[in-house]
Amino acid sequence: MSEFLYLYRLPADSAELPGSPRNMQQRLQKWTEWFRELEARGTLKVLGHPLQTGGAVVADGGRTVLDGPYAESKDIVLGYSVVQAKDLAEARAIAGGCPVLTYGGMVEVRPVLVM
Amino acid sequence: MTAALPDEHFFRRESGRLVSTLTRMLGVHHLALVQDAVQETLAAAVEVWAFRGLPDNPSAWLMTAARNRAVSLLRRERTTRRFAPEMGRQADADATAAGPGSDLAHLPPALRDDELRMMFSCCHPDIPEDAQVALVLSLLGGFSAHETAEAFLVSRAAMEKRLSRAKKVLSGTRELFELGARDFETRLAAVQRALYLLFNEGYHGASPETAVRLDLCREAMRLVTLLVQHPPAATPATHALAALMALDAARLPARVDEAGDLTELARQDRSRWDTRLIARGLELLEASARGEVVSEYHLEAAIAATHALAPSAEQTPWNDIVELYDALLRIRPSPVVALNRAVALAEQLGPERGLAALRSIPGADRLAAYPFYPAALGELELRSGRVAEAQKHFRAAQRLARNPTERTFLQRRLAECERRRASDDTRPSSPPPPPRSR
Repeated sequence: MSEFLYLYRLPADSAELPGSPRNMQQRLQKWTEWFRELEARGTLKVLGHPLQTGGAVVADGGRTVLDGPYAESKDIVLGYSVVQAKDLAEARAIAGGCPVLTYGGMVEVRPVLVM
Repeated sequence: MTAALPDEHFFRRESGRLVSTLTRMLGVHHLALVQDAVQETLAAAVEVWAFRGLPDNPSAWLMTAARNRAVSLLRRERTTRRFAPEMGRQADADATAAGPGSDLAHLPPALRDDELRMMFSCCHPDIPEDAQVALVLSLLGGFSAHETAEAFLVSRAAMEKRLSRAKKVLSGTRELFELGARDFETRLAAVQRALYLLFNEGYHGASPETAVRLDLCREAMRLVTLLVQHPPAATPATHALAALMALDAARLPARVDEAGDLTELARQDRSRWDTRLIARGLELLEASARGEVVSEYHLEAAIAATHALAPSAEQTPWNDIVELYDALLRIRPSPVVALNRAVALAEQLGPERGLAALRSIPGADRLAAYPFYPAALGELELRSGRVAEAQKHFRAAQRLARNPTERTFLQRRLAECERRRASDDTRPSSPPPPPRSR
């Protein structure tokens, strides 16, 4: 068993904000089911956190501080979790059920480096 | 990990509640800012709750979060506009003075007031009726401009324009409508009318999207329930309106299928009617019977109740229905009501009488663009065995159809004509169907 970090990403210019209460309700329901299922399967190692969109990027030995977390990338990280899976193939398959995919987002799956 | 949401309309209800209360606290002129704050708060709640689960009291959580968000937006707006940081502190003071923290302690009654006052404010006489309804949807139902546009089959740009004009009038009023105001009665009539239109838009409306239409009906029913629960607004007419909605909504499961296609009353599977809503509707109708005024809502509710209690289309007391339509015509003389009366008359006395009534509707020219006028002519011609005539009318109706739902419905009637023609061809001597008189 290995551990994988899931980064839930959404394009910064995504027009797919929840918009109406109906969409919000559906979105929340999907996420709740997703986490519940991960938990039920015993694959959820760290639930993780949702992240705010603001923040800062500290770079260049601390001489440069940029506002906003997406100075370099074109998408924002909505949140993260750590999931347990047999291998990358399984971790990818699990990520395929993530609700963020249904509204234009993506899941970055990164194996945790163990030595 | 996560408690389930109280129900599937939680966010819609909360949206209306938050907008109404914060608008009262911060003033109607800050309406746009309040809407932004509520939108952002709800969006953030979705993310936080997805990970962390629901707080113990989601409503109170949202109210606090939205209020903080609004105050911080207000502060930012004032500092950027006037470059005066002290204005931010003023914003805090405004919000605190208008709505102290203790507000949260006695939320329920205050909330109902806030939503009612918002509803009454939306029905300002300077705002056109269609815009009043759109505004109610937007501010109390949390419908996006896109959803509202979809519901009324207008472009999103047109709906945004309609809404922004209406909000301008509303913002100009400075304060939410006082429920004790002298023009309460007049305004109540406008509110009832707006909710009636809202419900009808969902029930008979043009949008082919089933989900949107059901949401409109539900929202109208939620808001009319607020009126029913609030004594000054809970007049007999309000009860009758609520009864009408419950009784009509009871038929929805049999009326509209998943694809949004319509099944007319006579062909509905009555076992799919919602008995709980029928019982509720009858209760409300009974409660509406005090007082002396018989409103149009009373009559429409009585018609809906008569249908709800009939075991089948054939066993419906059509004479009662015709009489109720006659009474309705006296209060609200409209060609559409006359059209419905003629259809009921055809059930009572046969299609020929119905056709005659249809042709003699005063102001029938106002029905020239209404697809259900030729559709009714077609239906009765078909019943009289004149298939070619029926086809002609259904085709005319189809040319007038305003949306895919109506087109599909009329297509099915035309297919029925074809079927009848084909079976007439194979049995050329088949007699016309027996008259359905009673």
